[in-house]
Amino acid sequence: MKFRLLPLTLLAVFGLAIAAETNYPLDAPAPDGRRPGGTITQEFTPPKLHDEENKDIRRERNYPEQPPTIPHSIRGYHVDKNANKCLSCHSRANSARAQAPMISITHYTDRDHQTLAAVAPRRYFCTQCHVPQHDVKPLVENRFKNIDELLYRETSPSTSGN
Amino acid sequence: MKSIKSFFKRYWGVLRRPSVHYSLGALTLGGFIAGIIFWGGFNTALEATNTEAFCISCHEMEDNVYMEIKDTIHYSNRSGVRATCPDCHVPHKWTDKIARKMQASKEVWGTIFGTINTREKFLDKRRELAEHEWARLKANDSLECRNCHDFGFMDFTRQGKRASEFHSTALANGEATCIDCHKGIAHKLPDMRGVPGW
Repeated sequence: MKFRLLPLTLLAVFGLAIAAETNYPLDAPAPDGRRPGGTITQEFTPPKLHDEENKDIRRERNYPEQPPTIPHSIRGYHVDKNANKCLSCHSRANSARAQAPMISITHYTDRDHQTLAAVAPRRYFCTQCHVPQHDVKPLVENRFKNIDELLYRETSPSTSGN
Repeated sequence: MKSIKSFFKRYWGVLRRPSVHYSLGALTLGGFIAGIIFWGGFNTALEATNTEAFCISCHEMEDNVYMEIKDTIHYSNRSGVRATCPDCHVPHKWTDKIARKMQASKEVWGTIFGTINTREKFLDKRRELAEHEWARLKANDSLECRNCHDFGFMDFTRQGKRASEFHSTALANGEATCIDCHKGIAHKLPDMRGVPGW
């Protein structure tokens, strides 16, 4: 009986505390990153969507272990518990018919280094590593240099000292 | 039994006897008009069952397959041309359409007795239902696809490399038909274990 008013009192106290403390900006400016300018609650027109590159030309890898990027559109491909559209061309059994590169042997190895008969579950979801590309201006500048460029710079007399 | 026999006998007599009160003109014209009304009514009713609104009036269709097509290119795309349920699932030619509609009476049975009235029941039956559709499209050479996607007007040069490769070989020489490769283009797929090519 005594504490019946306690929740109400607490609510009032907290309410007052919150109401009193409005000297910080509620609508803070968002960090200038992928979404430059504006505040957190401000809505911008989203950038235009671009089509996936669909040229079917294999791209150079930046380092040997890089998962190759997908050189074609994968719109509407199912990759779930029931079906994997990628494997309908890239699996061992289907690659000859589709003339698509077979997924590498590493995809058959589980985390205990046991080679399985089919794709290991940890490698099943293709787009975790392999992604299609879009012909767009990069959001941030990329200064990545591959190993050949680095070696060339080291050994080339004209650019040494840079 | 005897009374039923005599009943039909009486009406057979009525049908065979020439009309006493009505003129041949009235009977012919009346029959003609009644024909228009009944035939028109039949076709109107048939067309009413051939709309997306009718299909998704059952929650089995609205909650499962209709939700899935909404993400696909056959529902929403840049030019706004879209396929509705009967465009792909009901033949357009009259005789084939009637045949399919008679088969579809099984679906009325299904909805009355709740064959797939929960998501779980639907998912359990999905492989079987999908196989029916694959078999139907395989048997009629993907007729419902070809109602819009006419092979004769395909421009291979506007297709992707992989697409033109397969369309100009396997599809062109009749080795494969649309559904052989394009499964699950408008709805989610069932467990594809054992399906050739998957």
